[in-house]
Amino acid sequence: MLLRHTPKEINPRKALTINPAKTCQPIGAMYAALGIHSCLPHSHGSQGCCAYHRSTLTRHYKEPVMAATSSFTEGASVFGGQANLVQAIDNIFTIYDPDVIAVHTTCLSETIGDDIPQIARKAEADGKIPSGKFVIHVNTPSYVGTHVTGFANMTKAMVDYFAKSTGTRANRINIIPGYVEPSDMEEIKRIAEMMGVPIVLFPDTSNVLNRPQTGKYEMFPKGGVTVEALMSTGDSMATIGLGRMASSPAARALDTKCKVPCEILDLPIGFKATDRFVDTLRKTAAINVPDALNEERGRLLDIVTDMHQYFYGRKVALAGDADQLIALTEFLVSIDMWPVHIVTGTAGKDFEARIREITRNVPHPVNVSAPADMFLLHQWIKNEPVDLLIGNTYLKYIARDEDIPLVRFGFPILDRVGHSYFPTVGYRGGMRLLEKILDALMDRQDRDAPEESFELVM
Amino acid sequence: MKVVSKETISPEVEPIDPAAVKQELLRKVPTKVARKRAKQIVINSLAENQDVPEIGANTRTIPGIITQRGCTYAGCKGVVLGPTRDIVNITHGPIGCGFYSWLTRRNQTRAQEPAGENFMTYCFSTDMQEEDIVFGGEKKLRAAIQEAYDLFKPKAISVFSTCPVGLIGDDVHSVTREMKEQLGINVFAFSCEGYKGVSQSAGHHIANNGLFTHIVGLDDTVQEGKYKINLLGEYNIGGDAFEIDRILKDCGITLVATFSGNSSYDQFANSHTADLNTIMCHRSINYVAEMMETKFGIPWIKINFIGAEASAKTLRKIANYFEDPELIERVEEVIAREMPEVIKVRDEIRARCQGKLAMLFVGGSRAHHYQELFAEIGMKTISAGYEFAHRDDYEGRHVLPNLKVDADSRNIEELEVHPDPERYRPRKSAEDLARMQENGFRFKDYDGMMREMAAGTLVIDDISQYETERLLEIYKPAIFCAGIKEKFAVQKSGIPMKQLHSYDSGGPYAGFKGAINFYREIDRMVNSQIWTYLKAPWQENPELAAKYACD
Repeated sequence: MLLRHTPKEINPRKALTINPAKTCQPIGAMYAALGIHSCLPHSHGSQGCCAYHRSTLTRHYKEPVMAATSSFTEGASVFGGQANLVQAIDNIFTIYDPDVIAVHTTCLSETIGDDIPQIARKAEADGKIPSGKFVIHVNTPSYVGTHVTGFANMTKAMVDYFAKSTGTRANRINIIPGYVEPSDMEEIKRIAEMMGVPIVLFPDTSNVLNRPQTGKYEMFPKGGVTVEALMSTGDSMATIGLGRMASSPAARALDTKCKVPCEILDLPIGFKATDRFVDTLRKTAAINVPDALNEERGRLLDIVTDMHQYFYGRKVALAGDADQLIALTEFLVSIDMWPVHIVTGTAGKDFEARIREITRNVPHPVNVSAPADMFLLHQWIKNEPVDLLIGNTYLKYIARDEDIPLVRFGFPILDRVGHSYFPTVGYRGGMRLLEKILDALMDRQDRDAPEESFELVM
Repeated sequence: MKVVSKETISPEVEPIDPAAVKQELLRKVPTKVARKRAKQIVINSLAENQDVPEIGANTRTIPGIITQRGCTYAGCKGVVLGPTRDIVNITHGPIGCGFYSWLTRRNQTRAQEPAGENFMTYCFSTDMQEEDIVFGGEKKLRAAIQEAYDLFKPKAISVFSTCPVGLIGDDVHSVTREMKEQLGINVFAFSCEGYKGVSQSAGHHIANNGLFTHIVGLDDTVQEGKYKINLLGEYNIGGDAFEIDRILKDCGITLVATFSGNSSYDQFANSHTADLNTIMCHRSINYVAEMMETKFGIPWIKINFIGAEASAKTLRKIANYFEDPELIERVEEVIAREMPEVIKVRDEIRARCQGKLAMLFVGGSRAHHYQELFAEIGMKTISAGYEFAHRDDYEGRHVLPNLKVDADSRNIEELEVHPDPERYRPRKSAEDLARMQENGFRFKDYDGMMREMAAGTLVIDDISQYETERLLEIYKPAIFCAGIKEKFAVQKSGIPMKQLHSYDSGGPYAGFKGAINFYREIDRMVNSQIWTYLKAPWQENPELAAKYACD
């Protein structure tokens, strides 16, 4: 057994986190910054943070993930990292020449209290920032929030630094996609395009972290939202933020800074949340939903009606980020599955309340805890077994020990491909999720069925 | 400047001037940076007395350069202590550090079934929050150790400090001392904050000190076995240690402890009863060997199980150390048994790989050791370098007396070690040592990487992303070896990339079977057809035939 020391008996822990269902802010900030075109993320702290974040993102995407670091030594930790950051800015613009350096802090630089805007001003005064180039920053102390908080904060920094309002409203909507995959960002753009709604999507990691093999490496590939587009967000008619935790800070900042009204929705996972997204887009842009999109919706629903018997009453355990779990839980409940154990590493009474609301008609007790870890999830499963696990790669240890099928979903996925190419948002994303769930459940049924009831037609 | 054309990749055919390459690598960078990098980019040469040029190493990383280096915590918790299965390793800090070092290094371990202790699949963290940073995290750490003890009753708990812990002044050592007393098990801490030192190398040193101070020597039980050794600096990535174990067992050599692949706490505690320390990765572990020699009288030798010839050489060296004809004969039997299969595969693959170029930028020893395997299949290492090694790993240990200790290295504690009054037992008498050395047997010596590299090859310390890209353009090597962060940028340039930290999904590559695995893996990579599909037919031949065009 891989997790052989996990006891069934649950004793509350106050101090020790075991097998976390979250990671720290800076990696989310790095991920978001990669969604700006020609941007090099920069980690202001020890070089290990940058190395760890790059490694984890690289393993998840199987793509180049470039970022620089201030490489603090003990001296910098005592006297401050100004000299390091100024030198880094000089080196980055001289050698790598991005349009934007997006600096995020770490627990180290936060604890010593480095003032990044002041250091950036110093770099500018020293002539280290070429004209037309930008250094933006965000504070991402690792001891506050999670990777999703870091993503949200860096996305907000894009608004703080770039959004401008010229006084003329443009016929355009901003969409903040939330902490989702490049494939999901691509899918959101596709849906908007189908509906004929001009949008600015930010950040946008599509074609950055799912780029083609061409035999030619480019540090700054085609993808990413441009600085110009970010500046234009202040003139858009409205902002739709998808995923409360990841997107609302930037959406609200745009409202405050440029008076762009915003609507915060759940991530469009499953048909109900996608319906709300499409309907909001329809109403905001005052357009009709094209038939092609209705057909996609119908196909998703067709899978549900055709295969309902395989979903009905199946118990599921989930771990992941709050935004994803809210939408996913709603999706599962809507197809009559029973999400019975749910943990996220994010703190939040709101989350628990929302999950309770979504699952109030599930005819089974539901365990939900935030913040909590996968150790607790495993203990719940030992006490009340489930039919399916949905979450990141780390769940494979529970899956194997308890012999439960696993659908990989969320961050990080270190052992399979697909997530960067095939979305889980929108109706088509919903179809993919259902395909994965059905494959997992039906492969299990095939494996376990007695010979006499082994089914050809399912 | 001249670059290798697609058709010819052998440097003899189209020589590239390494001095021009060095110029090219430095051309674009700011002057001050170029001056520093110039010391870390060296054109190799071999003087008559075997001296190699001096290289800048173990110096501060230049901010913004895009280094591949990691931190002290990674070197301590991730590299050295990570592969030990039965210690509960608690990361004291915000959640990230523990999360990123959770199972990501492919260290394999074989716990006893069904109930032997194995905590490597778990990530333990105090998950420090803002209030812990403001008011101090000692209370939470104490509670976390207690909770870990209550849950698992392990034989040992260790604590790893992350950056903020040192800054806010949590006294992790006094907390662990108290808890050790209170719980009656071994509890100890490492001050391995990420900002210490200039790379993960500082973390190795801190880990060595901690192992030596808190575990080595706790158990005096003498095991059975005629030839007892420790294997140091072997981390069982992809199962390397299992292959080495197999070979040693066949030779009748008893492995008391491995530091730290597939290791357990009890092995460390007992390791001082071995009669020889053998060092694989000189960089990460030579400190423990040095200290064990001083305290317990165990000599150490440098060995290498990467490469079939190197493995054979290593076995002979161990056998010669024991000066026992029975062992010498047994070792020859094992080599004779293993080599035919190795030679068969090697020769077949060499025919397809001969003359192709390799580059290796990894670690503190692998960039050296793996050149052996490439050489065995006829491939040339045109450029190599370490990520975090020191000058002695490049130039050989003879430079050690002249190394300047800078401020960053001075921050890492050097333990003062003395012979143990009861347990110091020289394994070889002074006369024996002198006689053996006279006969060419080399104790505590390492020649470094550069002496074994050809003249005119480029040796680059702490290579940056920019330099990597230029090298790939200029030399177009058949394969590039480094780590996960470099992996896909290299492959996106159309060049196969082999990870030599984690081995991608492969291994073992150590020992005889490992060598065969590696030959096959490199053959797969450098001779694969997949790289010929980069261009679609219409990109190769864009002209349009008009015959299907409509009127």
